[in-house]
Amino acid sequence: MDVTFLLNGTQVFLTDISPTTTLLDWLREERQLTGTKEGCNEGDCGACTVMISDADGSRALNGCILFLPQVQGKHVTTVEGIAAPDGTLHPAQTAMIDHHASQCGFCTPGIVVSMATAHLNGATDHDTQLAGNLCRCTGYAPIIRAAAQTARQDVPDHLLFLAKNTSSPQMPHAQTAGSNCFQPQDQDALAAWYLDHPDATLIAGATDVGLWVTKQFRDLGPVAFLNQCDDLRGVTETDSDIHIKAMTTMTDVEVALAPHHPSFAAMIRRYGSVQVRNAATIGGNIANGSPIGDSPPALIALGASLHLRRGDIRRSLPLEDFFIAYGTQDRHPGEFVEAVSIPKQRDSLRCYKLSKRFDQDISAVCGCLTMTGDGKTITDARLAYGGMAGTPKRAAHAEAALIGQPWSEQTMRRAMAAMAEDFQPLSDMRASAAYRLETAQNMILRYFHEASGLATDIHQVTS
Amino acid sequence: MSVAKSLPHDAARLHVTGAARYTDDIPTPPGTLHLAFGTSKIAAGTLRSMQLDQVKDAPGVIDVLTAADLPNDCDVSPSAHDEPLLAKGRVHYAGQPLFMVIASSHLAARHAARLAEVEIDADAPILTIEDALAANARFEEGPRIYQKGDADAALARAGQTLTGRIAMGGQEHFYLEGQAAVALPQEAGDMIIHSSTQHPTEIQHKVAHAIGRPMHAVRVETRRMGGGFGGKESQGNALAVACAVAAMRTGKPCKMRYDRDDDMMITGKRHDFRIDYTVGFDPDGRITALDFTHYTRCGWAQDLSLPVADRAMLHSDNAYHLENIRITSHRLKTNMQSATAFRGFGGPQGVVGIEKVMDHIAQHLGLDPLAVRRVNYYADMTAPDMDRADIQTTPYHQRVTDCIINALTDRLSQSADYTARRDKIAAWNAANPLLKRGIAITPVKFGISFTLTHLNQAGALVHVYQDGSIHLNHGGTEMGQGLFLKVAQVAAARFGVPLDAVKITATDTAKVPNTSATAASSGSDLNGMAVQNACDEIIARMTAHLAERYQTHDIRFADGMVRIGDTEISFAQAAMQAYENRISLSATGFYKTPDIEWDRIAGRGQPFYYFAYGAACTEVVIDTLTGENRILRTDILHDAGASLNPAIDIGQIEGGYVQGAGWLTTEELVWNDKAVLKTHAPSTYKIPACSDRPDIFNVALWDQPNPAQTIYRSKAVGEPPFMLGISAFAALSDAVAACGPAYGDLQAPATAQAVLAAVGRAQGRTKPCA
Repeated sequence: MDVTFLLNGTQVFLTDISPTTTLLDWLREERQLTGTKEGCNEGDCGACTVMISDADGSRALNGCILFLPQVQGKHVTTVEGIAAPDGTLHPAQTAMIDHHASQCGFCTPGIVVSMATAHLNGATDHDTQLAGNLCRCTGYAPIIRAAAQTARQDVPDHLLFLAKNTSSPQMPHAQTAGSNCFQPQDQDALAAWYLDHPDATLIAGATDVGLWVTKQFRDLGPVAFLNQCDDLRGVTETDSDIHIKAMTTMTDVEVALAPHHPSFAAMIRRYGSVQVRNAATIGGNIANGSPIGDSPPALIALGASLHLRRGDIRRSLPLEDFFIAYGTQDRHPGEFVEAVSIPKQRDSLRCYKLSKRFDQDISAVCGCLTMTGDGKTITDARLAYGGMAGTPKRAAHAEAALIGQPWSEQTMRRAMAAMAEDFQPLSDMRASAAYRLETAQNMILRYFHEASGLATDIHQVTS
Repeated sequence: MSVAKSLPHDAARLHVTGAARYTDDIPTPPGTLHLAFGTSKIAAGTLRSMQLDQVKDAPGVIDVLTAADLPNDCDVSPSAHDEPLLAKGRVHYAGQPLFMVIASSHLAARHAARLAEVEIDADAPILTIEDALAANARFEEGPRIYQKGDADAALARAGQTLTGRIAMGGQEHFYLEGQAAVALPQEAGDMIIHSSTQHPTEIQHKVAHAIGRPMHAVRVETRRMGGGFGGKESQGNALAVACAVAAMRTGKPCKMRYDRDDDMMITGKRHDFRIDYTVGFDPDGRITALDFTHYTRCGWAQDLSLPVADRAMLHSDNAYHLENIRITSHRLKTNMQSATAFRGFGGPQGVVGIEKVMDHIAQHLGLDPLAVRRVNYYADMTAPDMDRADIQTTPYHQRVTDCIINALTDRLSQSADYTARRDKIAAWNAANPLLKRGIAITPVKFGISFTLTHLNQAGALVHVYQDGSIHLNHGGTEMGQGLFLKVAQVAAARFGVPLDAVKITATDTAKVPNTSATAASSGSDLNGMAVQNACDEIIARMTAHLAERYQTHDIRFADGMVRIGDTEISFAQAAMQAYENRISLSATGFYKTPDIEWDRIAGRGQPFYYFAYGAACTEVVIDTLTGENRILRTDILHDAGASLNPAIDIGQIEGGYVQGAGWLTTEELVWNDKAVLKTHAPSTYKIPACSDRPDIFNVALWDQPNPAQTIYRSKAVGEPPFMLGISAFAALSDAVAACGPAYGDLQAPATAQAVLAAVGRAQGRTKPCA
């Protein structure tokens, strides 16, 4: 297929590319732009971070799991394009030097691009902005000092045009159709094509599918890139629902949910990294059926509905019913996730994500709990967990032990005991079965104590 | 003077613009071929057959080589000649290279390498310490034992004794730049190698052996590594040898880099250890007798395991005087990646052992752990009784003459407000049932020198050109630690010129031969001295010439000028005058560390030229419902002697601390029961991320020069700060101790799961560790 985009301001026309060529490989091997590094080739280290810009503004993304068709029509800025054309360093680059923030220097280009992108967007939550950039040398302290210094400087003129609403590269539409590769412009086109190619792989953010290519060398069969389907993206609200279309990135989901369910939003802030959340979509997080995806337990706890489309036929079902068994979902050939909707409700959701590392780690257990009541008695409870079974799953016995019971520690402890009937988790490299069950149970207690005002969050503690 | 200044890293501008070239970034000639290993999925067994037709037929594949196709065994071991490049007959670990693919691209090679059908008669792997002991699978004939005094007799008469155990995991280096090498075949069969290595001379040696040529036929160049941490001391050998062999066979340049998963599956990591102890002590916590038994899983090949295990023994005392001590060390052979060098080289494991003992005694006696530590400290060099052998001799019979740990701890505990914060934390813990805070100060005393004494040498090559510019080369390698800058600062200081007059150049075995690995924190000590000697040689020649010409001995090199009596000329003029008068402006320099000798079998001698000291105070909080934990504040006071570059040294300290804390908290290597590593990517192996650093992070340098005659009286700083991270583990133990009356017996790494288990033991809900 053909792809066209702007690379550090220069138009690039590519013809007959393999659609699963990663931007990183292309930059390094075809363009000899070797500033962008390969550290892990799976989107976990950030050494390959690039800035991708369009009319919605600029985002940091991992170039190692970004396929060329995903940058169709966009600005691509690599570390080589961060300094001004006359060689004047970007404030982030100057700050990194001033604070001795590079040692071996291998992570540094990715850090500079992340920092410059955050700076362009006015983001000053440096720990979050840099959570996806691993550094093994510095211990991060000087990098954060550099980020703080950068935040006090102006965006250099040569990058201003990449800020939100100021840029929309004018480029011809590339030839995107082919028998094995399709880049639909809207979801009707996708629906029709997918009916004819039900064995195809749909590529949304590629934060998972990317690894099928870079690590597993899987043959994807026919592929469709959904990134041009603007009508599959966005969040709308009605009096009764929050409606999230499938291609909405986790970054945008976080923003949309923060006013309604702040605990959910706070958990999303730990989902992958900025680079991953800028690519990953909520539809992808659901459709890939992983038992350890973080949004399904929260959505299930909120009673979300999933909306599927096959050709012109649409249907909806409770999200929890979508997950049938490990590796099996209630999705027919040619059917795709169109949206998920959350019924509006008084917020009682708490999301507890347990992982070895706080930021950017896959959950060992993700517990998402809601409890409602009349002040004395629990009238409803939904406890949904990831990492405890082959699918995201509710703790039915524990819920039953809560509903209709008084709001008390004793009730919680009974529900915790009942949870042993709900789950028989596995032991793996992330955690033991016993740890998973014990902490899943303890999350009920944490929910209770948190509501009672006890300190339960180590991130609220300061020295 | 350019020394003692916080100058930025010489490559900082190249780093931030992406212009710094690493091995994979060096432009390669057209036609360069790319390699990948096909690896074993089985940890132990006999290789029956390899069906490689599909590999050979895969797109882009040029050739596929097995052990039978190699010119010899192509050994890649740094020690015992026990690592054939490709497996022959026996398979020893899951991840072991079985064959190599030569292809037109990196992707084609990696893809093809997956297509083999390999038949292995699998045996039960030797995985655990118990497996290895039962099979008597070990390196060396039996355990190594070092002792001083009489541990058994002293234990028998000790007032109180405790027995315990600490298990600690290994650690993946996770250098951001994976292993990489390029071989460029030259005329007459010579070979130029670019390698991401800490040890170019060993790469040269191994490549020369593999291609059957003298070392003079092989030139190895290393400009920089994207991190090393010990992981590129020996682990780069395989790639360079594979590239050289393939280049010799094909006549084409060959390049190899490991994908991250391959890197983590193939290469060795830090040695994991279990340390068992029995300790006798008095009511103040003063240790009167100690018996340590070390067990370490070395993996399948010897690599550097013997000196690593030795160094663990040599750091069993850390900063404490132990009158009656025995250390027994078992070096076990297991079907795992061959454990290798990693920052600290066994030292951290030894230190964790004794620090665990300190915490155990303190909890048993109900004392502040810092009080127990302090009664056991060596005496400071300023103390009146520091010459007494009975309070000042290490378990390996070396006198400690440079100790500053008491004064350093005093100053740190004051600046960190330790005592008041400890009280505040106790009050906070009493008011908070679910979260608990903990605080700890732990010391570091780290021995500086290679324990293999002959490695303590270095060479340098310095040229002054006729325009006064200076070309600097030495045997050390740059992996981010700022060695090149520090050594350039030395050269600039000697010649009295600005730093930019000195050109830093890539490490090159053709310029400085027979180098030691840049390891053991020795880089600036050894190479700085060698460069100083080379510079001084040239200065002496220039001075002699100027003295004769100007008839004065009052000659000084400073500020880019040479002052000759009342005359002042630029350094460039002086260089030109010397050149025109046929004075040689090129010199080699050499240095060997004085005053060291060591018998590693007897466990006696003076293995270290001096010690580097430091201490850290860490405060943490834990969640008793999940074991989640976080560092709240860290204060560090560290001894870098008279620092050559305070900013660089503070960078080593901050980075070393976080890496050490990572080792003992989130970084967990997991092998399944078939001895297959399951944590072989950053998705499953979690090094610290940005938010894992301490919220408050105060780092200061001790302000006294090194009593030993090192380069500008500085001290080595690469490894010692790594052990400051142990204070995070001790602080977690302290938080666990606040959870209940029983001994929590926290084990490492202190993942959330391990912390929760320790909380359970402290609360008496779960039974003690075995």
